[in-house]
Amino acid sequence: MSHGIVWKYGDNVNTDVIFPGRYTYQIMPPEEMAKHALEDLDPGFAAGVKPGDVIVAGKNFGCGSSREQAAACLKAAGVQAVVARSFARIYFRNAINLGLAVLQSDEAADALEAGDHVDVDLLRGEIRSAKGTFRFLPLPASVLGIIEAGGLIEYTKKKLEQEQE
Amino acid sequence: MGKTLSEKVIGRKAGQDVQAGEVVSVSPDYVLSHDNSAAIINEFQKLGVKKVRSPGKIVIVLDHIVPAADEKYAQNHKSIREFVAAQGIPHFFDINAGICHQVLPEQGFALPGLVIVGSDSHTPSYGALGAFATGIGRTETACTWATDEIWLRVPETMRIDISGRFQAGVFAKDLSLKLIGDHGAEMANYKAVEFAGPAAGDFSVGSRLTLANMSAEMGAKNGYFAPDDKALKWLEGRARGPFVAVASDPDARYESVLACDLGALEPQVACPHTVDNVKPVTAVAGKTVHQVLIGTCTNGRLEDLEAAAAILKGRKVHAGVRVLVIPASWEVYREALKSGALAALVDAGCVILNSGCGPCLGAHEGLLAAGEVCLSTSNRNFQGRMGHRDSEIYLASPATAAATAVTGVITDPRDFS
Repeated sequence: MSHGIVWKYGDNVNTDVIFPGRYTYQIMPPEEMAKHALEDLDPGFAAGVKPGDVIVAGKNFGCGSSREQAAACLKAAGVQAVVARSFARIYFRNAINLGLAVLQSDEAADALEAGDHVDVDLLRGEIRSAKGTFRFLPLPASVLGIIEAGGLIEYTKKKLEQEQE
Repeated sequence: MGKTLSEKVIGRKAGQDVQAGEVVSVSPDYVLSHDNSAAIINEFQKLGVKKVRSPGKIVIVLDHIVPAADEKYAQNHKSIREFVAAQGIPHFFDINAGICHQVLPEQGFALPGLVIVGSDSHTPSYGALGAFATGIGRTETACTWATDEIWLRVPETMRIDISGRFQAGVFAKDLSLKLIGDHGAEMANYKAVEFAGPAAGDFSVGSRLTLANMSAEMGAKNGYFAPDDKALKWLEGRARGPFVAVASDPDARYESVLACDLGALEPQVACPHTVDNVKPVTAVAGKTVHQVLIGTCTNGRLEDLEAAAAILKGRKVHAGVRVLVIPASWEVYREALKSGALAALVDAGCVILNSGCGPCLGAHEGLLAAGEVCLSTSNRNFQGRMGHRDSEIYLASPATAAATAVTGVITDPRDFS
């Protein structure tokens, strides 16, 4: 379980504003990516975000480019979860593959506002706040194995090791 | 109950009968990557295996920042060339091929009935020729190199029944923008989009590529046309191997069906900063622009350059505008040299750049300063995408772009027909 503050944004938060294209083809470590997180949407985010914070947004979060840094930079910045009405499909896959929790909840997206204090309980599938407790859609069984392994790289590594044995 | 193209193609690869909603594991026919191969190689090296499993399935095209704009990009390209040589990857296209989404069709990789995954969001483009093609991330690409396997959820399908004929000055790009404007940027999130109806067969392969490419901006997993005689003829002499052309059954199950009449359509413009902020060109005509970009994987084919040349031939680019033209591939470049389109564009005052992604993704070759406005034939107008976060991008067809280049303000191309 983690505790944090809500950063609230609208619909169609795209990967260009999460992680600008001018950095996309530069290979940089995650802590460097974190400095550019949401740079073109909210220039104050990278300096203000604290470990455990939660992003709450509207529909189609992560639309646009397939760039994985748009998930990696938020994870590196300490974001525990992104809660949205819906996610763009490549973003959803990328986030799972990197171990960033992406949670779908219309109720939480409606109720939570910037600055709200929240607890996210991934195991129980709950987001708790002074405004109430919100449940989110459970992740498909097919991807739970990836999350349990700690991301797709670890999952695949284990699978390849098992094949060789 | 019949099956959709996606159900048939994925089912055949999975070796089992599948329906929308099922999750299956498949071995893809091709795995695309581009300049981001450098980052993918880094991920691959964490997996503890030395060799990629199926080198012949990997296709790498350098297109995003070509030629290398600085030392970092040069090092990325160098790492990729070294990896390609060490792994014996036969399908490598260096900086003189073009944009991956034009190169894979031209070079006969994008074929009906194939499953193609690519670490680029516009991979659905290959549905123009009846492939099941979808975008994935870098980590997934690295793992697919190692395992030759990927999980896919079989998508539900939205069918778009297209009828009627375009008026002069209206094109496939206008249709895609109108659909996205009317139904929103997540209209087809996670879904397949089938372009069908009595007018679907009238679209050239180039225009089909435009529509399948723009299905990514609808949120689609894949977008496609049924492979017909026109597609098969286009593939003659190009196809790299055998393929089975499949299409949806007449009694396939569709999640939804939209109808659209081309005759009622006007030229469209997507306004800043979302692709679904779409207005008829008449509503934004007169807006001053500083740069016009004609090209990209959406609209950089011969028919696009010729549509622009038809307007710019014998005219001059407005003094207040920089016009960048980027043929989608070197094959297109050579065709446009022969057809005279490039000469007309150069004579008008356009700057012709080498084939590649150019400034579309904001890395090099014509970025925007604060306060500048660009009208582009590309597929995204997100804030800051082509330069400063206080610049603006409008999206439109090549004809609208050319008309705008002449006047210096957003202009209805029908004024020139």
